[in-house]
Amino acid sequence: MKKLLTGNEAVARGAWEAGVHFAAAYPGTPSTEILENLSTYEEVVAEWAPNEKVALESAIGASLAGGRAIASMKHVGLNVAADPLFTFAYTGVNGGTVIVSADDPGMFSSQDEQDNRNYAKAAKMPMLEPANSQEALDMSKLAFEISEQFDAPVLLRMTTRVCHSKSIVESGERAEIPLKPYSRKINKYVAVPAVAKVLRVQLEDKLSALREYAETTPLNFAEYHDKSIGVVCSGVCYHYAKEVFGENASYLKLGFTYPLPPRKIAAFCRSVDKLYVIEENDPYLEEFIRTLGFDVFGKDIFPAYDEQTPEVIRQAVYGKMLPQLDYERSKVTPRPPALCAGCPHRGFFYEIGRRKNVMITGDIGCYTLGSGAPFYGLDSTICMGASISMGHGAAKMLARANSDIKVVSVLGDSTFFHSGMTSLLGSAYNGGACVNVILDNRTTGMTGHQDNPGTGYTATGEPVTVINIADVAASFGIRHIRTIDPNNLSEVRQTLDEFLALDEPSVIITRWPCALKKFSAEDKEEFGAIFIDKHTVDADKCIGCRLCMKAGCPALSFDTAQKKAQIDAAACLGCGVCAQLCNKDAIVKAQEV
Amino acid sequence: METKSVLLVGVGGQGTILASKLLTIGLMQAGYDVKMSEIHGMSQRGGSVSSQVRYGRVVESPVVEKGGADILVSFELMEALRWLEYLKPTGRVIVNDFRIAPMPVINGDMPYPDDILQTLQQVADVSYIDAAAIARQIGSDRVMNIVLMGTIIKSMDLDSIDWESIIRENVKPAFVDLNLQAIAAGMAAV
Ligand SMILES: Cc1ncc(C[n+]2csc(CCOP(=O)(O)OP(=O)(O)O)c2C)c(N)n1
Ligand code: SF4
Ligand code: SF4
Repeated sequence: MKKLLTGNEAVARGAWEAGVHFAAAYPGTPSTEILENLSTYEEVVAEWAPNEKVALESAIGASLAGGRAIASMKHVGLNVAADPLFTFAYTGVNGGTVIVSADDPGMFSSQDEQDNRNYAKAAKMPMLEPANSQEALDMSKLAFEISEQFDAPVLLRMTTRVCHSKSIVESGERAEIPLKPYSRKINKYVAVPAVAKVLRVQLEDKLSALREYAETTPLNFAEYHDKSIGVVCSGVCYHYAKEVFGENASYLKLGFTYPLPPRKIAAFCRSVDKLYVIEENDPYLEEFIRTLGFDVFGKDIFPAYDEQTPEVIRQAVYGKMLPQLDYERSKVTPRPPALCAGCPHRGFFYEIGRRKNVMITGDIGCYTLGSGAPFYGLDSTICMGASISMGHGAAKMLARANSDIKVVSVLGDSTFFHSGMTSLLGSAYNGGACVNVILDNRTTGMTGHQDNPGTGYTATGEPVTVINIADVAASFGIRHIRTIDPNNLSEVRQTLDEFLALDEPSVIITRWPCALKKFSAEDKEEFGAIFIDKHTVDADKCIGCRLCMKAGCPALSFDTAQKKAQIDAAACLGCGVCAQLCNKDAIVKAQEV
Repeated sequence: METKSVLLVGVGGQGTILASKLLTIGLMQAGYDVKMSEIHGMSQRGGSVSSQVRYGRVVESPVVEKGGADILVSFELMEALRWLEYLKPTGRVIVNDFRIAPMPVINGDMPYPDDILQTLQQVADVSYIDAAAIARQIGSDRVMNIVLMGTIIKSMDLDSIDWESIIRENVKPAFVDLNLQAIAAGMAAV
């Protein structure tokens, strides 16, 4: 049947058709929907892991036990999972195993733009790169066959445009694949040095066989039109290039991109006059082609960063884009993302942003938006989990310098379970003295509200034991732990005052649900009575001082003509943060007017 | 046939995603090759969002390039200006009479310019419609996005597609009539 699917839906569908038994992931844009879709198929055991390393290791275990397994993650997630990745390439698989890396050229929602094709090369594992949703489905399916045929895990490298674009797909049915029998194989799966040395040699044999496969597979195909221009490309760049050159060029479209096929590539390069290599991020194909002795136009004319969309190719090759209208662009006001109306992070960032003499080491989540106007409440963001560990190191140095700057580390609940937990352990163990603030909004907000170990539900909606953050911190020997309501500004202020004066590590948990979270039965019981009183501005009392605008709430605005604040009743959730900023009691619950 | 490009832009939460989804299903059922691209991620945090729909005999790129859109449908006034560089010089703009103040305006750091419509009209073929008011007249603010989808159907001559059955298949039964009226009203508005 023909359907319009996103690349992520197609990957999930392909894995399902291939009979996949086990799927694990940690959310991360643009990869999240792969597991979300897999969790809807009842034949598949689908799990949110607390982080990507755990996801991959669970998938390796499922493969060892004979199941077909898939682990999906965003590009930076593969850094977290890199340790098992490299050795897994040595041991190979029992049940076929696919690892999906969703890269983000252009950094639409990421902190870096790394090119994970380098991981396939570094870890020595076969790699497939789809260009559209049909290929995503087909390659996801085929990857399990390749994995079992060559006894190797397969990397499926996606990019944001392939993940999130829809195109027409012809889907098939599921093949029910029986689990492979399990038997103990010490010489395959116990990678002690003596075993690993043998596996390492065997890996070269596998790679030779895979290189031959790359020469013959239809995933790598040449498409000949006008031979005055030849384009070598992979992924969505194939479509971008065809958009620009059409039949005025010939194409070598590489779908199987590690190991690369030298003979097939050389044959194509010899048959065309002018050679372009069009690829996103690193000169991965280009460097290989240069080693074959061909001169190409590559990163010398195409940017080494961002997407290589048709306009970028046009500009690089022809020096101009399509004609555009001429108008005054300076009138366009930027529209940066902002914390939602009623966001539980608002109260904390209002309070922390006002403090002098603090260094606030931050983390990755919706709360990273607290770094901007009007809060300016973060000093750093590096990667998930870094807030506590960076804060720990920073505090040690500030103490050595006799500085009176205190360190507050800030992270979310999902990030705490991902890797903040081990950072807190390190700080507790090594005599840290930071205030560690866990903004527990009862969900994984930034990536679209996935459950996590603290929410009490699994990826398939099964109720499970809630892992309590305060209990985890207490088990590390931390003596000062307090759970507070972030919408109560004086409670936030007093707790910060008290804990900043301590000489030992402390944990503040701000517990309030994300404004966009779909409430569970437990949420309704705990928080059900909240957010029902929308607020409004009493225009008679408002003196136009703008103090409330420091709440940075999208429901609030300032009427410059009337010189009064106003609240959009449709958007306000009634958290009451802005009301606490007003000196004149001009912001009140709507029904009190 | 040459590939056509439709750009739907707005602010997160305005319903561009549903409108473009229905549009692409219709186009597919009419036999076109279709590609659509959306950037997720920040969309729920009040950021600028776009859905890019391309259709034709064979569609290559899923993204619309600068100077490539046949029609720009903006659910919000400022967003029309932000995305105007994507319009073909001969293309058409449909702008919704709807303003959502971005954070720098809310914070008082920047004004929301009051001459955006004039700036658009000076250079492009612009239809300015109050889709929210039209939607309210039909019965619900919530079909503003479908009214705007109606304007695309009319402007791109897609009225031979069986939109009624597409709405029936993809919308909850209770809202089918409302959605059909919204399409008709959108078509009548341009
Ligand atoms: C290693 C890694 N994996 C995944 C992500 C994607 N990601 C960014 S923020 C986030 C979740 C944050 O959730 P939480 O800490 O609960 O904060 P919230 O967004 O709910 O405020 C995720 C999964 C990432 N940036 N890095
Ligand atoms: S999604 Fe939730 S956590 Fe994220 S900004 Fe909105 S309210 Fe805050
Ligand atoms: S009470 Fe104030 S801060 Fe809270 S959502 Fe309403 S307007 Fe925004």
